[in-house]
Amino acid sequence: MIPVLLWFLFQAAPLMDLPNVTENPYAAAADIALGQKLYKGRCAGCHGLTGDGGKGANLAVRDLPRAQTEQALYRVVRYGIPETEMPATLMAPREVWQIAAFVRSLGSASQDATRGNAAAGEQVVSAKGGCLQCHAIGLKGGRMGPALSDIGGKRSPGHLRGKLLDPAADLVDTFRLATVTTKDGRKITGVRLNEDPFSIQIRDFSDGIHSFFKEQLASVHVERRTTMPSYKGRLSAAEIEDVVAYLLTLRGNVQ
Amino acid sequence: MKIPAILLVCALAAAAQQLTYERLLHPEKEPSNWLTYSGNYAGHRHSPLTQINDSNVGKLKVAWVYQTNSLQKFEATPIVIDGIMYVSEPPSNMAAIDTRTGRALWRYRRQLPDDLRVCCGQVNRGVAVLGDLVYLGTLDGHLLALDTKTGAIRWDTVVVDYKLGYSITVAPLAVKDKIVIGVAGGEYGARGVLDAYHARTGKQAWRFWTVPGPGEPGNETWKGDSWKSGAADTWVTGAFDPATNLIYWGTGNPGPDWNGEVRLGDNLYSDSIVAVDADSGKLKWYFQFTPHDVHDWDATEVPVLIDAEVRGEKRKLLLFPNRNAFYYVLDRVTGKFLLGKPYAKQTWAKGLDDSGRPIRVEGTTPTLQGVKVWPSVAGANNWYSPAYSPVTNLFYVAVRDSGAVYYTGEAVYKPGERFDGGGFRAIAGEEEQGFIRAYKPTTAEVAWEYKLHSAPWAGVLSTAGNLVFGATNEGQIFALNARTGAPLWRFQATSLLVRSNPMTYAVDGKQYIAMTLGNSLYAFTIE
Repeated sequence: MIPVLLWFLFQAAPLMDLPNVTENPYAAAADIALGQKLYKGRCAGCHGLTGDGGKGANLAVRDLPRAQTEQALYRVVRYGIPETEMPATLMAPREVWQIAAFVRSLGSASQDATRGNAAAGEQVVSAKGGCLQCHAIGLKGGRMGPALSDIGGKRSPGHLRGKLLDPAADLVDTFRLATVTTKDGRKITGVRLNEDPFSIQIRDFSDGIHSFFKEQLASVHVERRTTMPSYKGRLSAAEIEDVVAYLLTLRGNVQ
Repeated sequence: MKIPAILLVCALAAAAQQLTYERLLHPEKEPSNWLTYSGNYAGHRHSPLTQINDSNVGKLKVAWVYQTNSLQKFEATPIVIDGIMYVSEPPSNMAAIDTRTGRALWRYRRQLPDDLRVCCGQVNRGVAVLGDLVYLGTLDGHLLALDTKTGAIRWDTVVVDYKLGYSITVAPLAVKDKIVIGVAGGEYGARGVLDAYHARTGKQAWRFWTVPGPGEPGNETWKGDSWKSGAADTWVTGAFDPATNLIYWGTGNPGPDWNGEVRLGDNLYSDSIVAVDADSGKLKWYFQFTPHDVHDWDATEVPVLIDAEVRGEKRKLLLFPNRNAFYYVLDRVTGKFLLGKPYAKQTWAKGLDDSGRPIRVEGTTPTLQGVKVWPSVAGANNWYSPAYSPVTNLFYVAVRDSGAVYYTGEAVYKPGERFDGGGFRAIAGEEEQGFIRAYKPTTAEVAWEYKLHSAPWAGVLSTAGNLVFGATNEGQIFALNARTGAPLWRFQATSLLVRSNPMTYAVDGKQYIAMTLGNSLYAFTIE
């Protein structure tokens, strides 16, 4: 029995063919150019043509939190990130390295920055902007929108700026507003947490969580809009930049 | 599946309530829920629910399955509050799941460093909930507070530095306004702590070092500086008694595991139960089961608290079937030893003296050539849970019966490196035995036993439906008659080992049995 148990113990590491190198072996200018071609077809859909994020994380940064080493970057590109939308790929190792080389080049090439003042931005977020009514940052804030505690590691300045000015321009599939009507006439509106052909789960505006089998429901309506208001005209251009600067400081360092 | 609308309305009303300490004190008032790791503070893992019972359990069917995509062992006991299940997943992830449908309400995925120090699998045994926060310990040594409604991180506190060999696998315990949490690291010489953090803020409330420092009582039980790498980690959830205001928590093996030469002495408080004040973390009493352990017999089993008569006197008791193959009954007010006797094959002690101290058999210390000793490293019991039923007054334990060949080896401590000082192997030709046994709690007499095919890695649940649930290494979950041990139901769930504990809950007026089996969490009910 114990040999069997030990076998299980040593099965711990996922079975991956990680190259045993510390430097990217395909990082010449020609490799980066080929990497860019591959990236456009395979990565830009989520990460954007310039790597500034969107559905996927912002890659146009010097420090990629999930890829601190070249080997880690190779692993993320090759194997994806489990249980996130980042998928694995069956590309050959050379192509994986070329994409990795291009991704590294994005950080140094990016002109995307903000001149805003983070301390001033924190004030706007908690006071004038009213952001914490819906968004959580550490111990503070609400539940209607996504938590922002690590948004600075995920999104580029350009993406954040765009979201503040035109929130509807880039809708994600999470945090959709849903309204269901039960067969006995009750109507419940809230954030859709999950849905499948047979059931739907909703968190209402009082933070009550509901789950329905659809056969109990007369109607299900999931809206293709966001409840987030545009801050165009509500905040000055300088205040928007301050908010962006503050959000960029949020990297999971809550408390 | 049809669900009456009235029940849904009830569920909605309940959903708005928060989990208060008052509710944690009285889980018996809300048997639909499973509020703490062991179901109550006394470690009983018993439910008053009777809808699933000895007359209908044969009709139990799978309601839903939630699969983790990790290949690591799925050891967690879920918590269920008002229709929502909170469960940790390996390695340091968690999910909130709708208990009607099995659909996730939110999920949390932690990015872990590549250089973790984990002896025995990247596992997690569960979460604690208090107020609107759910608490998760992580393999990189953090304690996290997540919003129960969204999964957003509300605070993130570093408990220990994983680079020193620590990890966190234990389910935390919410007591009053604090979150109590232990650590693992016994194979890395990581000096144990039992910590409490303020539930709202994550600030440390107290720390109890399980290996006393210089000048503290007990430090003299470690030769030289060996206390610094003394381990005695705290990786299984303990119990709490509001009447004594004491937290009872088991401690692990002294470091290094199998070479005792470098740490001569009794090595307090390794392999002990420690009783600490819930408000201050100060030690009230301790009882060391295996002084100067050289076989890796962590006392990291779940302590079970009952009140019963012993030799004509009503007492507050602590039951502890130990990994070292002795069954102990202690007075939990004073720590006084009341009873101790072997409950599985053991060859290391002639018996226990009047104070409960073992009388060692010569020649059982590990050697370079290897020495054969019973029980094995995994012991007669391990981290998985027993169950106590106040209905039958029986104590149910999944018992392992096996030996091992123990080796000693070099032991030079370097922070963050493996520090076990030896090894072990199975005894060639020996067939391990496994049982579910029902014990009379104060005498350790066997009321009945159910023989398993191999020595188990899964705990048990008892219910007032006259049932005991358990699981096998061969992938089945099963139900036994709680009074007789007669088998009543089984289900083949996985080709993997089962390493977890069953629990039960009810939602919309319907009772479910839930357990992680292989890499999936199953919920069973009667249609």
